[in-house]
Amino acid sequence: MARTTNWVVLGLTLTFLIGPFIIIIFAGASAGESLAFPPAGLSLKWYAKVFTVESFRQSFMLSMFLAVFGTLAALLIGVPAAYALNRYKLPGDETIRTIVAAPIIVPGIIVGLALLRYLVVPLDFTVTMALFFAHTALVLPYAVRVVSSSLHNLRADMEEAAVLLGCSRLQAFTKVVLPNIRGGVLAAFILGFVTSFNQVPVSLFLSGPGVRTLPIDMLAYMEITYDPSVAALSALLAFMSLAIVFAAERLLGFSRYV
Amino acid sequence: MSDAFVSLSDLTLSYGQTVAVPDLDLDIAEGELIALLGPSGCGKTTTMRAIAGLLTPTSGKIVIDGRDVTRTPANQRGIGLVFQSYALFPHLSAFENVAFGLRLKKLPEREIRAKTEAGLDTVGLAGFEKRKPAELSGGQQQRLALARSLVMEPKVLLLDEPLSNLDARLRLEMRTELQRVQKDTGVTMVFVTHDQSEALALADRIVLMKDGRIEQLGTPDELYARPATVFAADFMGFENIFSVNGMELVSETGRLPLGFEADCPKIAWRPAGVTVGEGPHSGKVVASSFAGDHREYVLETPLGQIKADAPIEIAEVPAGAVVSFDLPQSTSRALAA
Repeated sequence: MARTTNWVVLGLTLTFLIGPFIIIIFAGASAGESLAFPPAGLSLKWYAKVFTVESFRQSFMLSMFLAVFGTLAALLIGVPAAYALNRYKLPGDETIRTIVAAPIIVPGIIVGLALLRYLVVPLDFTVTMALFFAHTALVLPYAVRVVSSSLHNLRADMEEAAVLLGCSRLQAFTKVVLPNIRGGVLAAFILGFVTSFNQVPVSLFLSGPGVRTLPIDMLAYMEITYDPSVAALSALLAFMSLAIVFAAERLLGFSRYV
Repeated sequence: MSDAFVSLSDLTLSYGQTVAVPDLDLDIAEGELIALLGPSGCGKTTTMRAIAGLLTPTSGKIVIDGRDVTRTPANQRGIGLVFQSYALFPHLSAFENVAFGLRLKKLPEREIRAKTEAGLDTVGLAGFEKRKPAELSGGQQQRLALARSLVMEPKVLLLDEPLSNLDARLRLEMRTELQRVQKDTGVTMVFVTHDQSEALALADRIVLMKDGRIEQLGTPDELYARPATVFAADFMGFENIFSVNGMELVSETGRLPLGFEADCPKIAWRPAGVTVGEGPHSGKVVASSFAGDHREYVLETPLGQIKADAPIEIAEVPAGAVVSFDLPQSTSRALAA
């Protein structure tokens, strides 16, 4: 009895987790002209069409740019920040931790609106710059958190040992700390990349004429054209995310860090 | 002392507002093996960290080999430290761990290779070059940490609780190893320990510390046989310590006549110094346990509980029985307060 219940719960969970994904794959593989499930016949024409839509190509490049460089920028700030929070007793470090986590907790809509109203408009940022800063800020909490947990497991006396062997503090960091938190940094990068790439609410506020991230572009596309290419594109993006996480898991046991 | 190789003078060490070591003076000769001994919080580790340069003194002076290094950064002092946790670099092989410091010195590759191999050989780790620290046993990790420090040819080698993480057999092995290394290289060694038996077995001189001050300084023989204070006596295994009042021993629970005249505030006996089976006093056996070459008793006496070790030849006195005992002058140790 309990066994049956377990299977039912497991089945339902998987259905809700994977079901939409399967629907999207097949909805995109439709031979028909409009988005529907079950699809009207099977074909790969919509998957092919995705690559011919110019706005998708542009917004994909922008999303890629934001995901890669926004995350790199977040790591550039986040790794030293995590290091300082872990190694030194700073006044108000709890407050700093809370502030750093804020972009995760505060709803994206509010972050987007706030950034738009108080940063982008008064400072006259270009759309790309605004998006870059926003994505960096959104990814920063993940960078700090994931790198922190790596640093936490790294004993401080290892750096002292390096210093006594002749390292400067900076060399101790690059030669001993960094190689040992490499996995955490990579995990933070992947998590940040995926977070940034899939970001909607903040990007929604900050996107401008002709400059959109891919998810926003897909929204806009759907408002005008209700064909299965959006489903096809969604499926492709989901596969891309899966491939990245899968590769990361195989390479360095990604799930240990998240 | 003019021949001091390491000289700490008026050294005050603090963490923020907390003074861990007030005003310490200590001279160490070249090639000496010194133990900083004491319970946790006595300032022994703090003192070691100050010698290494990991802690800047609040005041005072550290001179090593004729050079004032008080303000010299840790990475330029030429001092080795074997950490209690070994602090090996987990991402590097055994070879690269040992070569780490040599590479920073930018020595030619040939020299790095030769020195590293010699270093690994010295500690019996030849053939383990490619292993990562995690693939080595605890004892091997420690010897790797030792080799990593030794190849740098440090002026002073510091060791933090070098034997505490090892089991009994390895401990003996490592002790012999450390003595051999010290003899072969002639390096001045300072090690920190809370275990008096380690200090007694290994050190040329022992610095017994309490509350950041030197309680007593001497050779193992001196400290073992002639502790000067109650604290030192307690640390050296004089477990029966009483106050003296004229011709009487006094404790919180009662008094006992002393069979001789003692002109000191406190007096102490080791368990082995208490005579069991004969003597003017009597006590009830509370506990008795077999310890191989002797038997350990706990006696209930007017002074409270007394620990007494009896030779194995004396027939066992069962718990609950009353036995006579003596606190002879010959095995007593007069103490300052």
